[in-house]
Amino acid sequence: MKLDLITSLYVFTLAAFIGFEVIRRVSPLLHTPLMSLTNALDAIAVVGAIILAGEHKSNLAAILGTIAIVAATSNIVGGFLITDRMLRMFKSSGPKKP
Amino acid sequence: MMPTETFIEITYFIATILFILSLKWLSSPTTARRGVIAGEVGMALAIGGTLLYRGIVDYKLVAIGLVLGCIIGVPLGKVAMTAVPQRTALSHAFGALCVTLVGTSEFYLRAPNISPFMMAVLSMEVILGSLTFTGSLMAAGKLQEVLPQRPITYKGQNFVNLGMLALAVAIAVILCLHPDQVKLFPAMIIIPLIFGVMLVIPIGGADMPTVISLLNSYAGLSAAAMGFVLNSKLLIIAGALDGSSGFILSVIMSKAMNRSFTNVLFGGFGQIQAAAAGVQEQRPVKSATAEEAAGILAAANKVVIVPGYGMAVAQAQHKVRELYDALTKRGVDVTFGIHPVAGRMPGHMNVLLAEADIPYDKLLDMDNINGDMAQTDVALVIGANDVTNPAARTDASSPIFGMPILDVDKARTVMVIKRSMAAGFAGIDNPLYYLDQTLMLFGDAKNFVGNIVRELTGGSDGHH
Repeated sequence: MKLDLITSLYVFTLAAFIGFEVIRRVSPLLHTPLMSLTNALDAIAVVGAIILAGEHKSNLAAILGTIAIVAATSNIVGGFLITDRMLRMFKSSGPKKP
Repeated sequence: MMPTETFIEITYFIATILFILSLKWLSSPTTARRGVIAGEVGMALAIGGTLLYRGIVDYKLVAIGLVLGCIIGVPLGKVAMTAVPQRTALSHAFGALCVTLVGTSEFYLRAPNISPFMMAVLSMEVILGSLTFTGSLMAAGKLQEVLPQRPITYKGQNFVNLGMLALAVAIAVILCLHPDQVKLFPAMIIIPLIFGVMLVIPIGGADMPTVISLLNSYAGLSAAAMGFVLNSKLLIIAGALDGSSGFILSVIMSKAMNRSFTNVLFGGFGQIQAAAAGVQEQRPVKSATAEEAAGILAAANKVVIVPGYGMAVAQAQHKVRELYDALTKRGVDVTFGIHPVAGRMPGHMNVLLAEADIPYDKLLDMDNINGDMAQTDVALVIGANDVTNPAARTDASSPIFGMPILDVDKARTVMVIKRSMAAGFAGIDNPLYYLDQTLMLFGDAKNFVGNIVRELTGGSDGHH
C-alpha cells in the first residue's frame, strides 16, 4: 500500500515536469482551447466514478458515483466538442490546404 | 487469452500516451485538431477498458450516468464563443464535483482502515475539490452576470479566509491521525465549500483570467490526488498535466498584471480601486467622428488594432473583421495586438477574433507587437483600457505601475473607441486619452466600427 503511494509520487512528479515542458510551448493564441482540452482530459476521473457506481458497494457510493459520472461525462463531451469547434475557427491567411 | 485486468491496464497506458501527445500537438494551430482527436481516442479507450472491469455489477447506473452526462455535455459544447469563460468555469466546477464525490465515497467505504498517508491525499482531494467546486460556480455566476461582478470586500476578509482554510487542514490532520473520527469528515467538505465562495467574492472581472487559471490548476491537482487514492496512474498523469497547465497559465496571467498570486487571491485591488477613483480630474481630450477616423485609417500604411473585453461586450468582433477586410483591401497592413489578460480568460480575444474569421497569423501577442508600435501609423483601441495605460510604465504611484502594457502611445496616431470618459474596470485614469496624438471615438464599439467601415467602403465605390 505504502509502496504504491511512493510509486504514484514518482509518476506525479514526472508527469508534472512533462506537463510544464509541453504546455510551455503552447502558443498564447491557443490558451483558451488549451484550457478546455486539459479540462476534458482531466475528466478521465470518470473511470473512478464508473467503478464506484458499477461496484455498488454501498448505496451512498452508488449514488455519488452516478452523479460523478454525469459531471465528468458532461466535461468530456462538452470539452472535446468546444475545443474542436474553437480550433476549426483558427485559419491562417496563407494559401489554404485542401 | 489475456486477463481482463491486463487488457484494461493496456488501454490506460495507451490513453496516457495519447493524452501527452494531445497536449503536444496543441502547441501549434496546424496540428491542434490532431491533438483533440488523440485526446478523444485516448478517452474512448480508457472508458471502454473500464467498462470491461469485472467488479462492475451495476451497469444500469453507469449507463444512466453516461447518458445524462452526454445530454448535459452537448449543449455545453455548443455555447456561443462569448460565453466560453463561464462555460470553462462551470466545467472546472463539474470536474471538481466528480472528484469530491468520489473522494467522499471512498472515505466512507474505507474508514477507519485508512493509513495516514492515504488519508492525507484523500483530504487533499476533497478539500481542493470542494473549494474548486464552489469557487468555480461563483466565478461562472459572476461571468454570466447572475452574480454581481463587482468585488465584494470587507474588513478582516483575509483573516476569515485563511482561518477557514487552516481549520479544514487541521481537521484533515486529525483525520490522518484518527481515521475513526468519521463524524469529522463532513466538516472537511463543508468548510472548503464555504471557503470557495469566500475566495471568489472579492474578485472582480479583470482578475478572472488569473482566477480561472488558478481554479483550473486546483481542479487538476484534486484529480491527481484522486489518482493517488485509487492508485490510478492514468488519473495521476491527467491530473498532473491539467494542474501544471493551470499553474503555467496562472503564472502568465499574474505576470501580465504584475501581481503575485497572493495579491490576486487576497484581493489588493478592491481597496486600490476605491483609492484611485477619487483622484480623477477633468482634462481636455480630442475627439473625432467616424468619417475623420476612416480618413486617417485609409491613409495609414500600418494599423494595429488592440481589442479588449469591451469589444466582446459590444459583440463588435464581426464588425472589426469587416474593418480588417476594408483596410486590407486598400493595402493597409492590419495586425492585432493582444494582451495576455485582455478578456475574461486566457486567450479569450484570440478565440473571438478567430470566430470572426480573422487569420490567426494576424493575432500577435504583446511581446511580438510592442517592437512594431513605433512604426505603426494608427493604433486603434477597441474596448481595452488598463492594458494600454502608459502610467504602468511611467507613474510609480499608479496602482498598475510595472504591469506590462501594449505600447500604443508609441504609435503616430492613437484612436480609442470608448463609450464615455468613465474610468476603466480598475477605476484608474488613463493618461493615454490626453496625449496629443490621441483621438477619442465616443460611441458603442459595434456601431462606431460599423460607421467607419461604411465610410471606407462607401468612399471606394466610385473607383470600381
